[in-house]
Amino acid sequence: MTIVELQHATEAQSVGSALTVRGLDVGFARDGRMRDVVRGVSFSLEPGRCVAIVGESGSGKSVTARTLAGLTGHGAQVRADEISLGDSDLTAIGEREWRGIRGRRIGFIQQDALVSLDPLRPVGREIEEALRLHGWRSRSGRRRKAIDLLDAVGVPDPVRRAAQRPHELSGGLRQRALIASAIALDPEIVIADEPTTALDVTVQAQVLAQLEAAKERGTSILLISHDLSVVAQIADEILVMRGGEIVEQGAAEQVLGSPQHAYTRRLIDAVPGSRTRGERLAPQDRETPNLHLPRPESADRDGAVLEVRGVSKRFAGATAVDGVSFTLHRGETLGIVGESGSGKSTTARIALALETADEGEVRLLGRTWSGVPERDRRALRPRIGVVYQDPLSSFDPRWSVGRILADAIPADAGLSRSERDQRVVDLLAQVSLPAETRGRPPLRLSGGQRQRVAIARALATSPDVIVLDEAVSALDVSVQAQILDLLVDLQNEYGLSYLFISHDLGVIHHLSDRVLVMTGGRVVEEGDADRIFRAPEHPYTQALIRSLPTPV
Amino acid sequence: MTVIDAARSVRSRSRLDPALVASIVAALLFLAAAIVPGALAPYPPTALALDGALEGPSLAHPFGTDQIGRDLLSRVIFGTRESLLIGFGAAGIAIVAAVVLGSLAALGGRVVSAIVGRLIEVVFAFPILLLALLLVSILGPSAWTQVVAVGVSTAPGYARMVRGQILSAKNAGYVEAARALGHEPWRILRNHVLPNAIRPLVAVFAMALGQSIVWASGLSFLGLGVAPPSSEWGALLDAGRAFILQAPWLTFIPGLIIVVFALAATTIGTRIQRSLEKGE
Amino acid sequence: MTLTSSTETTAPAGIARAARGGRRLVLRLVGAVVVLWGAATAAFLAQIALPGDRATAIFNIRAGQAQERTPEELAPIVDAFGLADPVFLQYLHYIGGLLRGDLGTSYQQFRPVWDLIGEQLAATLTLTLAGIALSWILMVGWVTLTAGRGGRFRNVGAAVDTVAAALPPYWLGILLLLVFALWLGWFPVMGGSGLVGILLPALTLAIPLAGFMGQSVRAEYERTLDQPFVLSARMRGMGDLSVRLRHVLRHASLPAVTLTGWALGATISGAVIVEQIYSRPGIGKTLVSAVGAQDLPVVTGVVVLVAALYVVANLLVDIAYTLIDSRLKTS
Repeated sequence: MTIVELQHATEAQSVGSALTVRGLDVGFARDGRMRDVVRGVSFSLEPGRCVAIVGESGSGKSVTARTLAGLTGHGAQVRADEISLGDSDLTAIGEREWRGIRGRRIGFIQQDALVSLDPLRPVGREIEEALRLHGWRSRSGRRRKAIDLLDAVGVPDPVRRAAQRPHELSGGLRQRALIASAIALDPEIVIADEPTTALDVTVQAQVLAQLEAAKERGTSILLISHDLSVVAQIADEILVMRGGEIVEQGAAEQVLGSPQHAYTRRLIDAVPGSRTRGERLAPQDRETPNLHLPRPESADRDGAVLEVRGVSKRFAGATAVDGVSFTLHRGETLGIVGESGSGKSTTARIALALETADEGEVRLLGRTWSGVPERDRRALRPRIGVVYQDPLSSFDPRWSVGRILADAIPADAGLSRSERDQRVVDLLAQVSLPAETRGRPPLRLSGGQRQRVAIARALATSPDVIVLDEAVSALDVSVQAQILDLLVDLQNEYGLSYLFISHDLGVIHHLSDRVLVMTGGRVVEEGDADRIFRAPEHPYTQALIRSLPTPV
Repeated sequence: MTVIDAARSVRSRSRLDPALVASIVAALLFLAAAIVPGALAPYPPTALALDGALEGPSLAHPFGTDQIGRDLLSRVIFGTRESLLIGFGAAGIAIVAAVVLGSLAALGGRVVSAIVGRLIEVVFAFPILLLALLLVSILGPSAWTQVVAVGVSTAPGYARMVRGQILSAKNAGYVEAARALGHEPWRILRNHVLPNAIRPLVAVFAMALGQSIVWASGLSFLGLGVAPPSSEWGALLDAGRAFILQAPWLTFIPGLIIVVFALAATTIGTRIQRSLEKGE
Repeated sequence: MTLTSSTETTAPAGIARAARGGRRLVLRLVGAVVVLWGAATAAFLAQIALPGDRATAIFNIRAGQAQERTPEELAPIVDAFGLADPVFLQYLHYIGGLLRGDLGTSYQQFRPVWDLIGEQLAATLTLTLAGIALSWILMVGWVTLTAGRGGRFRNVGAAVDTVAAALPPYWLGILLLLVFALWLGWFPVMGGSGLVGILLPALTLAIPLAGFMGQSVRAEYERTLDQPFVLSARMRGMGDLSVRLRHVLRHASLPAVTLTGWALGATISGAVIVEQIYSRPGIGKTLVSAVGAQDLPVVTGVVVLVAALYVVANLLVDIAYTLIDSRLKTS
């Protein structure tokens, strides 16, 4: 063999093997019965390509991912016609062989490095651990390699960083460290399970860039996600899963561009963004009467319902909010968008007077709202409502839905007992929940149902303003779509004004009339939603918009 | 939620596990022994029989006999009432003190809650036995001293629990939601904070009962509690200590009774609490 | 409601962190001094609280009889104990004495308290420390093996924890004595020195403590086993036992570290009882007879000593905790 031929031969060998899956079934034993969680999944993953499995919670995508690394979980039964990685048959190997494969031939990336890396250990050690488990004996050799890996994923000053713990690094850096630990041994396959969930948009972009780089090096990627826009960026082939089965499968452009299955179409339609402004995200399902109790002055006051002027707040030496001002007008949706730590939630709490500002003032419906004793504010509180990201913690754990709603109905509405009960039923109908929901405890409702109850509770006092703090962030895409539609319907019927806080640019773009962009406690840009997304002026806003994955 | 509701909810949702059944049976037996000892005991507790002294457990004497021939089973049964009274007394003192102190520490104004809170922490830091011994040395050894000493020295631990429960209820998300709805503080306190904070107290009282008897018996074991010829369980332990090599059952069995009681009380308490938490 | 904010460390932030850490240490020291002062004051109040006339009580304790005494008989006692001074002066005298290491004079005998208990304190402390060390070993082993496994194992593990924690030392000690010393004859019944002699008493102290700590540790262990970073470790190819020992243990033992500070006090009082059972040297006997005779200076002397030990132990525990969990340093 000539030298050139030898070179080619080794190059060909270093290209990874294909992962082939045929007829994968996974079941869990629960309460003595076998429940099928995954049925008949088949696909093949070629070297240097990316296959994405898309689905909502309960679709079985995460179970599939973990099964391919042999860690399905307690009480699981796995059956497959074939699972093979190159020449190795993965259905027939024992735990010891799996330990040799995990990390070396299959790498695994999870969401949020803050919890996916051991919080008590330096990130360098986490990377070194992967090396140590696969035969790297020399400690100094491991250390050097770990630093090299951090450098390769673009972490500046890697020597210092390697000695730091995850919480000491910024979001982007620790996510890169997580990726470094997964690809330390240059595995043939990288399984990424929701690698971008709960991350800031800019960090998300960095993660995707790393995955793309890995792809170019010849690594195959199996991407699990519920986020179609993320998937659209790097997937070559897409599998859509629902209820444990694949409902659609094919090349990415084809699945996204011309989806065949109704569920896929619904999923794509449900993604909020620039294209969906003014349109429904989900099929219509509401036919309800207008139940708003009339309030004397709310009839035709146009203009500002909430005014915030020069508000600042400091916590233990750090400034959370710095000189924020804005006005919320009647019937409008003002979106406040920012990454974590931008101060948007604190601003919302100040607007609700659940937090007192150090400086500045807030006026609600033309009346002084901040800086007065709570006693004076209480009478006005029914006019401004709030919906949180996690409704469960805002419900008294002993109460049923009916009691929660009845408790929220103002006492001075002068309703008799049966009238109250009727109003509870009506409130539930307003959010498209059946009357018998009122007997159930919130624990037994789904995430979307709980959020509807939270919205119903906010409506119970017939407010003028509702503050929604990340109200849809924890919901599946299709459920999120329904809730967003519901919010729009309610706004149209009752002339509600929304202060909508979110980190999700797509949702903000879909829902808001005007947008405030916040970072580091300050408002850096403000304006019409369309204008901000089309032609952002401030460099931060520009960076934010740029890191958006391409809209679906 | 009344005790009846609690009992009903325990029964209704039980896949009754053996531990709970055993605990309830044991509790009933103890109660019976306390109320009508004469009906249960095979011999009067003071019946001497010097020729049958220091006999091991047998059919005639299931728990054996002591150094002057008294039947241990009967002594244990007759001692139940005194032990339970001491235990209830101490637990009662401890819980009342705990509720008062814990509430002050959690709900009082800034100054009050800080002072009481600090006080609880400092006293809690102290070993219970040493605290109890200190009180006994001031008041002099007796049954009443036992009750007070155990009650006072175990109170800070429970006060901490009460305080923690009230604080976590006070800071809960549903309290803030109620504030946002415009509800007054007393209404929030009455509807949300207190009910949620009080719930775990059932288990705490049951635990306190079990623990109080253990501590009180500890004091008796050291000779600092009830005086002989009382057949209170701890006193029995102390009396049997001298014969440990010849008649080990004299100390082993009363101790076992104490342990069984404590376990039964704690088990029943935690089960009730768990079923209360699972929701109404 | 806010997502966790990401922190980037820069030089000024590092300095601020160190300053905060220093401040916390000072606060802890101040707290410790307050506790000690509280214990000393409580000890003094206890002595004052003795019902009746103190001089008469002291005389009667010495003489062994309770009766009225003449002023002439009481005079030397009043002098010796400074009972004629105003209360506040006596208090200052007492605190001053404590700072010098003088714990007062026994009512029963004429000797300083420190003489009575100082020489035996070492034995009790040794037993206590042995008990705590043994309890850690038991607890770590038991929880590591039984936490987070399917149904049976887990229930048994938790049940054992609960039962162990509920065992009173006076009963457990007798049980162990019966089984291992009397019946099996593996250990000496009384006395016994060195490692062999201390094992059973230490075990008596260790088992309930291990059960108690085990309850918190087990809960934390199982919570940690579900955390994403544990899955990450497995995905690197780590075996189950390694994961448990290298990753989970550190997290799960944090509650036990905190408990250990408290455990010192609880174990010392347990040691008092255990010494009686196994006839071991230590302050137990002295303490119990002092309580029976209402010899307050001895009792309060022990109380103050234990408070001092407790405070030192907790400071060490705090330092250990911040070493393990550096997140606290930055919070």
